Amino acid sequence: MLTAKLRPATPQSDQLEKTPTGIRGLDEIANGGLPKGRTSLVCGNAGCGKTILAMEFVARGAVEFGEPGVFIAFEETPDELEKNFLSLGFDLKKLVAKKLLAVDYIYVERSEIEETGSYDLDGLFIRLGHAIDSVGAKRVVLDTLEVLFAGLSDQAILRAELRRLFRWLKEKGVTAIVTGERGQGMLTRYGLEEYVADCVILLDLRLQEQIATRRLRLVKYRGSKHGADEYPFLIDENGLSILPISSLSLNHQASTQRVSSGISRLDRMLDGKGFFRGSTVLVSGTAGAGKSSLAGAFALAACQRGERCLYFAFEESPLQIVRNMKSIGLNLEAMVKNGLLRFHAVRSSLHGLEMHLVTKHKAVDEFKPAIVVLDPISSLMAVGSPTEGKSMLTRLIDFLKSEGITAMFTDLICSGGGLNQTDNEKSSLIDTWISLRDLELNGELNRGLQIIKSRGMSHSNQIREFLLTNKGIDLLDVYLGPAGVLTGSARIAQAAQGKAEVLVQQQQQVRKQHEWRRRRSSLERQMAELRAQSEMEEEEERQIRAQEEALTKTLAGNRADLAQLRGTDQLVSRTPAKTKQNETTGH
Amino acid sequence: MKQPATKSKATPVGAVPVWQLRLYVAGHTPKSMTALANLRKICEEHLKDYELEVIDLLKQPQLAKGDQILAIPTLVRQLPTPIKKIIGDLSNTERVLVGLNLREARKKE
Repeated sequence: MLTAKLRPATPQSDQLEKTPTGIRGLDEIANGGLPKGRTSLVCGNAGCGKTILAMEFVARGAVEFGEPGVFIAFEETPDELEKNFLSLGFDLKKLVAKKLLAVDYIYVERSEIEETGSYDLDGLFIRLGHAIDSVGAKRVVLDTLEVLFAGLSDQAILRAELRRLFRWLKEKGVTAIVTGERGQGMLTRYGLEEYVADCVILLDLRLQEQIATRRLRLVKYRGSKHGADEYPFLIDENGLSILPISSLSLNHQASTQRVSSGISRLDRMLDGKGFFRGSTVLVSGTAGAGKSSLAGAFALAACQRGERCLYFAFEESPLQIVRNMKSIGLNLEAMVKNGLLRFHAVRSSLHGLEMHLVTKHKAVDEFKPAIVVLDPISSLMAVGSPTEGKSMLTRLIDFLKSEGITAMFTDLICSGGGLNQTDNEKSSLIDTWISLRDLELNGELNRGLQIIKSRGMSHSNQIREFLLTNKGIDLLDVYLGPAGVLTGSARIAQAAQGKAEVLVQQQQQVRKQHEWRRRRSSLERQMAELRAQSEMEEEEERQIRAQEEALTKTLAGNRADLAQLRGTDQLVSRTPAKTKQNETTGH
Repeated sequence: MKQPATKSKATPVGAVPVWQLRLYVAGHTPKSMTALANLRKICEEHLKDYELEVIDLLKQPQLAKGDQILAIPTLVRQLPTPIKKIIGDLSNTERVLVGLNLREARKKE
């Protein structure tokens, strides 16, 4: 019985019990939460969010998980604490009144303290114990214990007491967070990490090109698997949002459903049905090639189907986009009003790449769109190095795909340039690539559209002329002339020329038909003449023959008559005589 | 034990003593006992008009908050102001006297 119970133990029962923090992303990284009944250390430099993380842990525990908590503040006054909690949307007073939270503020001032022999920190234990018991706390935060080091000079006592404190917390069975300031060459200034063996979270605030990004890393998590990377996080009115960016997997659902591009002729170019749902579409093009317009049409079509669309704009304000789209007959305003279309417009230089990723994550999580437009991605990619840019894009695409969101990115490329290395790198990430090109010919600039690739469908390989009219977007066939594709007025000229040629050809045909008819009738006439001639000759021959016969008869008759007259008996010779006669007349 | 071991000495009823001291302890630990003994000795020797209150935090944990007690034992000088805190078993009499600002006072006398 016992062995059976022990041996096939499921991973769950073996695993450490977890206390969910309720902080977006952290539970995911920590594979469920912080170790239950143990103490975790949160360390980092000043201003990187230690206190907020700790506050959120107790507040969310109290509100979302029904676990009362204790917050021991060493650095902040009750007033400041209350304000800080409120900034996260938690009413500290209410929580305290509901007995969901106990707060104690511990003030240590070295100048007011005289040390006169051995002591212990029972006072702290008693206060903590009292606070825990008063609300039945399951979660405890000590923010930050290191103040003690500044306030008390006997390090030996302090360290021994801290060790006792951590042990005591474990015995109490509370899940605790202690915070500590980052030290030189070590995780915390006073080496708190040596007492906390179970879980250490390191927060970091880094500046890169004047842009600050907060990052979180699980340095240590004994007995549990966890994400080991650095994860960027965001602090806003809802607290922390951590993005587990490295959950890069390639096991997205592949939908066979199709989504219209919003332009019927473009759909027809794409196997007649448009993009795959959940696929990633890149619209690249030079300045003014109509990338945003294409994106606008796509967004509008989605909204008209009743799907939600989230539009990330990095270069234009929402109002500007709405106005510009109106000029080509796309009424996005109505969609914004009925809540199907949401703009998320920030300058790309506002955050670092990681932060952009986090904000996008968050916006998508909140709005739950079916369609996402990023306009333009090139502006975003320019924020960091190309490697970072690509990695950010990969993670973003990955995330959108895992959510089954169809994404359209626009990308500004240099005019005249071919496909460069970065384009190729991007290409490997995306499913459908539409290239918009300026076609310059005869002193005109026209827009051309071409599908460079589209995974999983047969697509048109032809270039279409892309027309922005006040009734919307239209695609037209381009004419292939001797000098290449013809667009704009050249296309119109070519069309006219084509029409004229057809006319000429038609006329020629008519003429030829006339000619043939005439020739045939003349031939027929000739034939009739000849036939008449031959008939005439036949008749003549008949007449001659008749005359000859009559003549022969006559001659024979004459000869007989003569013979009779002469009284001869040579009647037999009449016939041979006739033959002879015949020959003579024939010549 | 509402007022455990409160001692008044040489103070007329109703008058405020010059020295108002509070000793925080946690149960009858050797450290606490030593501190109390040391304190009594110092009071007898150096203070004339004093009042001593001993608070056992095990019995009244909520009182720890008011005087910001962390270490045990802690002696708090309520009067004369400013408030001073002396932590430890008070075995170092010199330091206790400095803490109570008695060192200077004695020199003046």
